[in-house]
Amino acid sequence: MNADTWAIARFTVLMAVVATALVLPPAVAAGWLLARRTFPGKTLVETLVSLPLVLPPVATGLLLLWLFGRRSPIGQALDAAGIEVVFTWKAVVIAMMVTSFPLVARSVRAGIEQVDRRFEDIASTLGAGPLRVFRTITLPLAARGIIAGAILGFSRALGEFGATIMVAGAIPGRTQTLAVGIYTFVETGREDAAWGLLAVSALLAFGAIYVSNRLVDQAGRA
Amino acid sequence: MISLTLDVTLRQQAFTLEVRETASVEVLGLYGPSGSGKTSLLEAIAGLRTPDEGEIRINDRVLFSSQGGVNLAPRERHIGYVPQDALLFPHLDVEQNIRYGERGDTPPDLFPSLTQILELDPLLSRRVRHLSGGEKQRVAVARALITRPTVLLLDEPLAGVDRARRELILPYVLRIRRDLHVPLVYVTHDAAELTAIADRVLRLDAGRVLAAGAPSDTLTIAE
Repeated sequence: MNADTWAIARFTVLMAVVATALVLPPAVAAGWLLARRTFPGKTLVETLVSLPLVLPPVATGLLLLWLFGRRSPIGQALDAAGIEVVFTWKAVVIAMMVTSFPLVARSVRAGIEQVDRRFEDIASTLGAGPLRVFRTITLPLAARGIIAGAILGFSRALGEFGATIMVAGAIPGRTQTLAVGIYTFVETGREDAAWGLLAVSALLAFGAIYVSNRLVDQAGRA
Repeated sequence: MISLTLDVTLRQQAFTLEVRETASVEVLGLYGPSGSGKTSLLEAIAGLRTPDEGEIRINDRVLFSSQGGVNLAPRERHIGYVPQDALLFPHLDVEQNIRYGERGDTPPDLFPSLTQILELDPLLSRRVRHLSGGEKQRVAVARALITRPTVLLLDEPLAGVDRARRELILPYVLRIRRDLHVPLVYVTHDAAELTAIADRVLRLDAGRVLAAGAPSDTLTIAE
């Protein structure tokens, strides 16, 4: 393995960590909303939350490319503020976030649904407001589901390819991730480098899923 | 002593709970078989269930009124609720459970006096899953009392305790009444418990009040 391989691996892990950290708050909010509230249009929200899971990642990437490109209002606003997203590391993070969001939100939702609501009821009779109930009861009791979701989202982010290549490209040293690197190395005839990235990818994915499964098993026994 | 006004209509799957009762009591007993509506009534008082119609008042404080459009949130009701299965927070130890309801204005001597009266001092650092049924109940009682509630609702506190140990728990309930002067609403399907502690009993069956009055009058009548 050469220095390139490690640089790409480091960059990918860093981007996946940032994406997971940023995706957690909205995913926890969405998971809580779907687990604990009924409201008009809930099925629509559920569908939208899961959409990136079934939409081809390349299609998601195309949408993101348009959204952050200069032809959309968001892209124009960012451009005016001097913030460049497309074909930068920020696009890598956004592609990872969008594609891992459904996995994290679904896992959080399942975790929160497993929390007996009566614990929340009792906390409210003890004087706790909704925010304190969520922070001190719901969140810690759903912790395993949330952590498992974060690991799952992190693993998904590590392997993200389709959306990334659309919106961030494959710029060596700037936006090249493990998955994108494997593809470009094979395309350019550098198969040995591709195999190096494959080994790192497999190791990271194995570790993440293993930890996630351990957590789920522990939750099952608890 | 508190004055309780319970005017509750609560439609449920099996039956409609209908209770009209005004009483000034230290210990109000709710007596009846399983599924007679006792727990639903407690949950309505605690604010965990919303009656379809009626009014719930404690000492002239309106907690719920369908006509007046009042429905206080559980945290605003100042009511202690100890459910049948205690529902101690599993991620907290005994002391953290009891202190959960502490606020800035909680007297500092309340925690030690509660743990002394309920004999919880040796248990404070334990995880709740290592407690017996009776210990869990006592912790849940302390947790509810630390909020200094106007009334404490106890849902079958002896149900999870084996017969031999029940006699050890009942004195604690009597101490709440005697030493802490907290009025109780006490749910059970055991007439002997109510004879020991209640000064008034509502006897429920399938959501209706069969009888209301002194324990000696209400508990002895035929089903």
